[in-house]
Amino acid sequence: MREVAIVGAGMTRFGELWQSSLRDLFVEAADEALRAAGADHVDSIFVGNMSGGQFVGQEHLGPLMADHLGMAGVAATRVESACASGGVALRLGFIEVASGMSDLVLATGVEKMTDGADVTNVLASAADQENEVYHGITFPGLYAMIARAYMTENDLTEEDISWVAVKNHKHGAMNPKAQFQHEVTLEQVMNSTMVSDPLRLLHCSPVSDGAAAVLLCPLEQARKYTDRPVRIVGSGLATAPMALAHRPDPARLDAVARSAERAYGMAHVTPGDIQVAEVHDCFSIAEICCIEALGLLEREAAVKGAVTGCTALGGRIPVNTSGGLKAKGHPVGATGIAQTIEIFEQLRGEAGDRQVEGARLGLTQNMGGSGASSVVHIFEGV
Amino acid sequence: MAGIVGYGAYIPRNRIKTEEIARQWGKDPATMSRGLLLTEKSVPGLDEDTITISVAAGQAAIDRAGIDPARIGAVYIGSESHPYAVKPSGTVVVEALGIAPDVHVADFEFACKAGTEAMFVALGLVDGDRVEYALAVGADTSQGAPNDALEYSASAGGAAFVFGKTDPLVDVLETYSYTTDTPDFWRREGEFYPRHGGRFTGEPAYFKHVIAATSGILEKSGMAPKDFRHVVFHMPNGKFPQSAGKQLGFTKEQLEVGWIVPTMGNTYSGSSPTGLAAILDIAEPDDLILITSFGSGAGSDSFVLRATSLLPERVKRAPTVKEMLDGPRRYLTYGEYAKYREKIILNT
Amino acid sequence: MPSPRYWREIPNRFRLEAARCTGCGTVAFPARTICPKCRGRELESVRLSRHGKVVTSTVVRVAPDEFMMEAPYAMAVIETPEGARLMTQVVDCDPDTVGPGMEVDLVFRLIRKEDHGGILCYGHKAVPVGG
Ligand SMILES: [Zn+2]
Repeated sequence: MREVAIVGAGMTRFGELWQSSLRDLFVEAADEALRAAGADHVDSIFVGNMSGGQFVGQEHLGPLMADHLGMAGVAATRVESACASGGVALRLGFIEVASGMSDLVLATGVEKMTDGADVTNVLASAADQENEVYHGITFPGLYAMIARAYMTENDLTEEDISWVAVKNHKHGAMNPKAQFQHEVTLEQVMNSTMVSDPLRLLHCSPVSDGAAAVLLCPLEQARKYTDRPVRIVGSGLATAPMALAHRPDPARLDAVARSAERAYGMAHVTPGDIQVAEVHDCFSIAEICCIEALGLLEREAAVKGAVTGCTALGGRIPVNTSGGLKAKGHPVGATGIAQTIEIFEQLRGEAGDRQVEGARLGLTQNMGGSGASSVVHIFEGV
Repeated sequence: MAGIVGYGAYIPRNRIKTEEIARQWGKDPATMSRGLLLTEKSVPGLDEDTITISVAAGQAAIDRAGIDPARIGAVYIGSESHPYAVKPSGTVVVEALGIAPDVHVADFEFACKAGTEAMFVALGLVDGDRVEYALAVGADTSQGAPNDALEYSASAGGAAFVFGKTDPLVDVLETYSYTTDTPDFWRREGEFYPRHGGRFTGEPAYFKHVIAATSGILEKSGMAPKDFRHVVFHMPNGKFPQSAGKQLGFTKEQLEVGWIVPTMGNTYSGSSPTGLAAILDIAEPDDLILITSFGSGAGSDSFVLRATSLLPERVKRAPTVKEMLDGPRRYLTYGEYAKYREKIILNT
Repeated sequence: MPSPRYWREIPNRFRLEAARCTGCGTVAFPARTICPKCRGRELESVRLSRHGKVVTSTVVRVAPDEFMMEAPYAMAVIETPEGARLMTQVVDCDPDTVGPGMEVDLVFRLIRKEDHGGILCYGHKAVPVGG
C-alpha cells in the first residue's frame, strides 16, 4: 500500500445558504481544493452525500458533480453512509490512492438541506424504518434514549451534556466558516426548548447547507502540490446493529470503538498520542459517548470533559476546535470532510485562533445514524 | 343450544365529564347531567378505534375461554364506526388475535345493535355446527356532532363473546328479534356525523322496539320479569333503559349492574354488550340474565341467558368492566377532547 | 406507507412473531433468517409475551408530522421476558413518568395513518402495568 497525503482543501461556509444549490455548493468547495493544490485534473471523485434524493430530488451525483466541475468523463462515485457519508468518501479516496489505482483523488461531501424537504423525515431514513421510524421516533429521540441509557449507568447530568454545547459554541465563535459564530451560556442551553427528554434544542446540531473537499495523492508526489502535506496514517470503518433495540447496550457506541481500534492499529498509535480530535457531536451526548468509545478519555473524564475544560482549546485533548457539528453546522454528507479539513489545518498550523499548539497527530470520527456506522481517520503532519 | 364460552370488554382510559361539554356550549351542567342521567363518558385515544377495541375485547374473551384462537371459525364485528368505509375491520382483528386464515369474517352495521346482531349470527353458526367456535364483537368509537345532544353520550368501548358448545360460561336459552323500518337516526355515506329525529328516537323507535323484543322473548320463553336476576337494555342515555325497564315491569335492582351508561356513556354497538359483560363479571351460577339491544333504523335483539358454574372462576382471567370504568382514568378538557376526536382542522 | 410494505410486516406488528435460534437461544424480533449472534440458520417461530420492561426511553416533544397530534409522547426500548427488544410508544400515562425499569404491557393500537385516505397502520404500543 502506498502512503497517502492530503494536499489541498476547500469548503463553503456552513449555514442556511439560500443562494447556493447542491451543485453550486459542490463546485465551490471542490474548486477551492483543486486551486489550493494547483491541480488541473483528477483521476477520480468521491461525493459523500446522505440524501440528495430526498432533500432536493437529485440522485446520481457522481456524473452531475464531475460535469459541473468541468470534468465530465472522470470517474465519479456517490458514497452514502448517512451522516458518515463524507468520512466514508474520504476512506474510499484514501484506499484508491493507496492501492495505486489512482494518483489524484478528490474526496468530497455535500448536502443541501434547506430547500424545503421535511428534514426530520429525511434524517429519520438513516434509522431503522420498519422497527423505529414506523413507531414515531426521531433522531433527537434516538440520541435522547442513548443519553438516558448512559445516565442510568453513569453519573452523567444534563449540565454535563450542556457544557459540551457551550464549549463547541465557544470554538465555533472563532471559526469563520461556522454556521453559528457566537457563544452560548450554560443557562441558555439548559433553558432551551426540550426536544426529546433529556435533549434540548441547544444540544442539537442545526440544519445546514454546505460542502467540503480534500485532494488526495501519494505522499511521494505530495510536494508537487503543497509544502505541508498531511499524511493519512490510519483509517477504520465499522458497523453496529441499526436499531437501538438490537444493540447489546444502547448506551454504548460499539461501531465507534471498533472503527477507532482499526484506525489506531493501522496507524500504530494509541489514543493517548492524539493531540486534537474532531468528533461527531450531532447531539451533545454523542460527543461524550464518542470520546469514551475512542478511548481519548476514561469514562468519568469523558463525562466531565467539557465541564473541566479538558476537551476545550488549551485542555488536555481539544475536541471539536472547529465548533463541532453543533456550532460549525451539520450538512450531513459534508461533515466528515469538514472534520478532515479542521484537522488538516490544525496539523499545518493554519487554524488561527483555534490552533492547538504543536499539534502533529489528529483524529476525526464521523458517524452514521444513531451510531450504526462510524469511520475514524488519523492524520499526521509531515 | 350453544353458549358463551368466553367474554371480554374494553373501555379506553380517557374521559370527559358531562359538565365540561355543557360548559363549552353555554348550557347548565346540572340540568344536562340530570336530564340525561350521565356524569361522564369514555373517549378513545388517538390510537384507538373499533379495530383496536375489538382486538382488546376479543383477546380478553379468548383468554377467558382458554381456547386456541385458531379454532374460531367465524368472526363478526358489529360497529357503526368501522375505520374503513371499504375494507373490513374483522380482517385486522383475526390476524391480530391469531385466528386467521381459516375463518369466516364479516363486519356488521345496524346502528347501535350491530353488536348483538354479530352475537345472533355467531350463535346460529355454532348451533348449526357450521363452526366450532365463533367470535362476536360489538364496538364503537361513537360520533356525536358538536353541540348535539349525542355529544354528551357518544363514547368508546366494546365487548366480545366467544360462542361454543363445550364448557359454556353462560347458556343461551332463547333469542328473539324485532325489526321494522323506522328512520329515527342515520348517517349517509360520506357524512361525518349521524343525524337523528330528536324526540322521534324515543317512543316510536327505542321504546317500541325494546319493549316489543323483550315482551316477545318473555312470551317465547315462558318467563316473567321476576325470573331474572339481571337485565340490560341498550343505553343511549341514562333515562331510556330505566324507563323501558319500568314499563316492562323490571326493578331498579335488576337493571343496576348492567346500567353502566352514567360513567361510560353510549358506546353504540358496544352499549348493551358491555353492560352484559359487566353483569357476567359478577353473576352467580344459575342467574338468569336478559339482554335487549336497540339499533336505530330500527330493531332489537333479545337473549335469555343463564350463568353456569364455570363462570365465576373465569372472570379473573381478564379485566372486569368495573375495573376499567373505575380504574386509571384521564379527564380531558373540551379542547383536548376536540383534538382527540379529530374535530380540529389542521393545515398539514 | 405503500400497502405491500405494511402488509408484509403483519406477523411481527400484529402478533409479535419473533424467531428463536435453536443453536444459541437468541430471540430476534422481528424474525430473521440468520441468527444475529451465532449466524445459525435454524430458527423457530415464537410469539413474544405481551409484556416487558423499559430499557431506555425518551419523551418526543418535536414529532414528525404523522405523529404531531400525539406529541408529546413517550418512546421506549422494551425488553420482553424472551430477551427480545423492541421500540414502541408508551401510552395511556403521563409520558414524563416513563423511565428505565418500568413494567409495561404490550397492547394493539393504531400506530399511524397514511395521508389522503391511505391505509391505517396498526401494531403494538406499551402501557404501564396497573396504569
Ligand atoms: Zn444463534
